[in-house]
Amino acid sequence: MTPATTGTAAPGYAPHRTLPLKVEIVRQFKRRRTLVMFGLLMALPWILVVAFQFGPQASGDRQPSLRISDLASASGLNFAAFVLSVSVSFLLVVAVALFCGDTVASEANWSSLRYLLAAPVPRDRLLRQKLIVALGYSATAIICLPLMALLAGTLAFGWHDIQVPGTGETIAALDVLPRFGIVIGYALVSQLVVAALAFLISTVTDSPLGAVGGAVGLWIVSTILQAVEALGSLREFLPTFWNTAWLDALAPELDWSGMLKGASVSVTYAAILIAVAFRRFRTKDVVS
Amino acid sequence: MKRVAAIVAVLALVAVAGWFVWPSAPEVRGQEQTIAVVDGPSGDQRVEIDTTFFPPPGGEKAPAVLLAHGFGGSKQSVRGQATRLAQDGYAVLTWSARGFGRSTGQIALNSPDYEVKDVKQLIDWLARRPEVLLDASGDPRVGIAGGSYGGSIALMTAAHDQRVDAIVPSITWADLADALFPDATGSGPANGVFKRMWAGFFFGRGGGAVQGLETQGLGALTQRPQPLSADEARCGRFLPEICDIYQKVAETGRATPEAITLLRRSSPVTVAGQIKAPTLLIQGRRDSLFTLGQADANAKAIAAGGTPVSMAWFDGGHDGGDGEADWLHEQTTSWFGHHLKRDGSPVAAPFTVTRDGGRDPGTRQRIRLHPEADAYPGLGGTATTQVALTGPEQHVVNPPGGSPAAISTVPGVSGLLGGQGNTSFSLDMPGQSASFESRPLTAPLQLTGSPTVKVKVSGKGQVTLFAKLFDVSDSIQPPTLPAGLVAPFRVTIPEGAGSVEATVTLPAVDHTFAVGHRLRLTVATTDMGYATPVEAASYQVGLVTPALAVPTVAALAAPAAGVDWWVWALPLAAVVLAGVLLATGRNPARRRSGLRLSLAGSRPAPVGTTATATEGTTATVGASAGATAAEGTTTAAGAADTKATVGTAPTSLGATPAPGGRDGGSGDHAATASPAPVAHGANGAGGGARAKVNGASLTAGGPGDADVPLEISGLTKAYRNGELAVDGLSFRVERGQVLGLLGPNGAGKTTTMRMMMGLIRPDDGDIRIFGEPVVPGAPVLSRLGSFVEGAGFLPHLSGRENIELYWAATGRPVADAHVDEALEIAGLGKALERAVRTYSQGMRQRLAIAQAMLGLPDLLVLDEPTNGLDPPQIREMREVLKRYARDGRTVIVSSHLLSEVEQTCSHVVVMHRGRLVTTGPVSVLLSGAVSTNGHGPRLEDVFLDLIGEKS
Repeated sequence: MTPATTGTAAPGYAPHRTLPLKVEIVRQFKRRRTLVMFGLLMALPWILVVAFQFGPQASGDRQPSLRISDLASASGLNFAAFVLSVSVSFLLVVAVALFCGDTVASEANWSSLRYLLAAPVPRDRLLRQKLIVALGYSATAIICLPLMALLAGTLAFGWHDIQVPGTGETIAALDVLPRFGIVIGYALVSQLVVAALAFLISTVTDSPLGAVGGAVGLWIVSTILQAVEALGSLREFLPTFWNTAWLDALAPELDWSGMLKGASVSVTYAAILIAVAFRRFRTKDVVS
Repeated sequence: MKRVAAIVAVLALVAVAGWFVWPSAPEVRGQEQTIAVVDGPSGDQRVEIDTTFFPPPGGEKAPAVLLAHGFGGSKQSVRGQATRLAQDGYAVLTWSARGFGRSTGQIALNSPDYEVKDVKQLIDWLARRPEVLLDASGDPRVGIAGGSYGGSIALMTAAHDQRVDAIVPSITWADLADALFPDATGSGPANGVFKRMWAGFFFGRGGGAVQGLETQGLGALTQRPQPLSADEARCGRFLPEICDIYQKVAETGRATPEAITLLRRSSPVTVAGQIKAPTLLIQGRRDSLFTLGQADANAKAIAAGGTPVSMAWFDGGHDGGDGEADWLHEQTTSWFGHHLKRDGSPVAAPFTVTRDGGRDPGTRQRIRLHPEADAYPGLGGTATTQVALTGPEQHVVNPPGGSPAAISTVPGVSGLLGGQGNTSFSLDMPGQSASFESRPLTAPLQLTGSPTVKVKVSGKGQVTLFAKLFDVSDSIQPPTLPAGLVAPFRVTIPEGAGSVEATVTLPAVDHTFAVGHRLRLTVATTDMGYATPVEAASYQVGLVTPALAVPTVAALAAPAAGVDWWVWALPLAAVVLAGVLLATGRNPARRRSGLRLSLAGSRPAPVGTTATATEGTTATVGASAGATAAEGTTTAAGAADTKATVGTAPTSLGATPAPGGRDGGSGDHAATASPAPVAHGANGAGGGARAKVNGASLTAGGPGDADVPLEISGLTKAYRNGELAVDGLSFRVERGQVLGLLGPNGAGKTTTMRMMMGLIRPDDGDIRIFGEPVVPGAPVLSRLGSFVEGAGFLPHLSGRENIELYWAATGRPVADAHVDEALEIAGLGKALERAVRTYSQGMRQRLAIAQAMLGLPDLLVLDEPTNGLDPPQIREMREVLKRYARDGRTVIVSSHLLSEVEQTCSHVVVMHRGRLVTTGPVSVLLSGAVSTNGHGPRLEDVFLDLIGEKS
């Protein structure tokens, strides 16, 4: 709408001022599921630390294994990498699907969506603000988890150089910190597709659980398809295929190619899914 | 949902159809036959060769490919490969070489007198086949491919028969004598160290035994050995002279001149200069039998004759490795495509090396890179890096009996164990080796070729030693011996000299030494794979110059694989597609309203003369094309039946305001404040044309009265199933009215209200609020307060937070909200601070009405506001609404309760089944009704009368 036409609007109304991010953040933050999810993500590293501390100790002269889980207690950095590796395939997917899948569908479920639209918050703007906030929460979750793991791991296992899974080589702790940034960055980008998928489903259903479950369900289907070797290189275009590409950032030789491909696939899906979400929602009859 | 299911079903159907229609590889059928050939030094020995011919599937003439099998195999072992080649459009002939499979004759090790003569006659046979393309009469277009034993027959035949047009020999030898009696000082096989175990496999398995060299894997072990006759057990199917010589050299471990002569007769390197067929040499990086050095000798000899040669080192060989079957097939077909079909296939680069590309980030599977170079540099590389080695002169002993021996590669076993990784099992015995080590590397070192080092050996007599180069990473992991290769050499210390110096050429490998790794040269006295002296002896081994010359090929350093094109293209395409999706979906509302507006020219004023009323209701694009409004009564398909009934609505509407006009103070508005529609009616074509312009640009918002709170015309909305929820509804509300929207359940009241809020898009017709058309998110909606179909609050927030956040979401100034006034109406008291999920229905209802009144909107739309309220609250609510309208604002209340409307509203719109039944001031409706039973007229009676359900 052009400013000229706002002359007919109520005084003080301007479409670009509707649903400020601050308001949407507050609206979402006080929700129980937001708090529970963050609580879980914050607590998980500590639970794992306890598990590693009290689990049966491996005998000292055993051949040192080089699996990521066996190296977890080697240092805080190793521990953070381990926590990320166990949570990226499911926990973070659920967290992202929750924040992005719930956002519109729950408003529809509460019937508050129609009052927002009649306020009026223009539909594109409503989606945009909600998407930004949901992505913000998702990103916070993805960033918080490894940081908390780093803190917990460092307190529990000390600040040492990282031992690379597989080869057992060590990289200096300070050298690996920027690599850790890459890992987190890649995790953010690779979860974009989950976010977009959940968001799209969120705009078409009134059931928040349906949106979250639908996104996670499709994610699982993709993971299963990925195991079908017969699909050959087609699998490279599955959104889950490059999930573990961030491991390359912790290899002695930083290899970008996998992460580039993963980011490419993720951005591709995300762009299209989000565009479809906006397109659908624009013309949708809101009957909830 | 149905549509989604349909789309999914269609996609599945397409996929299944695609699966069936997808061209499958053409079927190839082999024709078995025995071809009789004559060979022998004097051409008098008859041999039956067992063959299978795979004609090209197309039926046209095609180039032929002879596919040879490896040692111990037969034509069956290359069947799969043959089928694949035939599917690519070649006439393929496979055969069991003499002495193998069902062919008769004895093994002569690819001798020019025997096997080569056989293959020449197979080429003759091919020349007579109608399926085979000929270069000249009796000269078919033919290539030969094969591995190991089959690779050498390809080379030998190409040297002896100029009709051969291209060959792809793989993992084969150049000089059999040199391969079996290697000497790393370059003194030739006469001085060489006998490759005992491999030779044993090679000759021992040549007999009746079935296990072939290329029958790798554990499958070979599962076959039950056949019992052998005494003769077979001794010599198998070898020619007796070969058998005799082999037994002699195997016993002594030294190559006799006769043995060398015999083996050289079977060696391509002696005749390679005659090869004119372009040659692709494929040699395995994991091959301790026929090393890369063998292929290097072939390449040099063939290239010396001016023939094009390409060299590829792949991940495979007689010691296992991946095998890269697909890549080899690709290279082979591409070579034959270029030189036989001449279809312009890209020809292999002069030098290609398979390298480990780490693990695939997606599958975590090992991937391979194939860097290429424009020239084959040989084993000396294009440059040499000197790596300093340190280590004193060291004592080594040769154990008595040569046992225990160091292990580098165990022939036949390494392959069985599937030596996939770079590491190979190697073991040095204490006291038997001297080691010289470099400092940790500061930069990665890519070795490609044969390093050389100069050693000094002290002691006496003949000394047999084995030099190898380890990659030492750290103390945790054992050093790796690249490809498990050793360089055996024999030096003779002259009488009285005490020591001798020798330049040792280490095995050719392609290996990357990573940063921090060290190079370790080990010189050992024993190796399990070789014949070593049985006498105990002791020597000293030292370096003459403490340096190792490491050849490198910089041209290979850059891996050919860059970033895949789709990595950039895909997101870009997606963003473009997303842009298109958004752009095309941008304004269906605008297009629609444009349509509606172009109709607006012929649309009647809801209140107007009879002329406009009859034009009424419907309008199509066609009607607006300069036609007068009166013509515009034709309508789009499907709406035709509704039109007649719709037409009556405005008429009754038009009739009612006149008498009731004063009541709401709106009569004059009706007459004067809507000049535009009237003008259209009057101007006819002119008005229509102008409206069309308006419709196209919409910027003016079309004609509308900014003073009319709500004006609905021709509003139609169908459910998914096609049933009309709202059917051609038209009415108008004036300022200060409290309008009751009355109708039984399902009359379309709520749907109408949702359309007023821009939540649902009308199928047809138009809603204007203060003259502005209502589209989703239209700014004018900010002057509308609404409560439709229940409250909508965030249950986890308190009532006050909900109200405040809602107002914040509108983005309007807090001062405009009048929160306190609204909350007073809600009357929730302390409950306001509790989470909404704890509220009763009535409390939510009141809070929702308060929310609707936030900012005191000019038009308040309430859907069944008194539902769930108790009687005092209902009465209070009535007063609130009346008071609200008295200030010049407008209230629309829907209800199915007649009494409610009667007591609250000044005007009423009666709906039934989506249609307008009547409209007007409550008082007029009542006065028009006939008193039936002595009571005053009641709205209930009027209502039932109107909807035709009066009993």
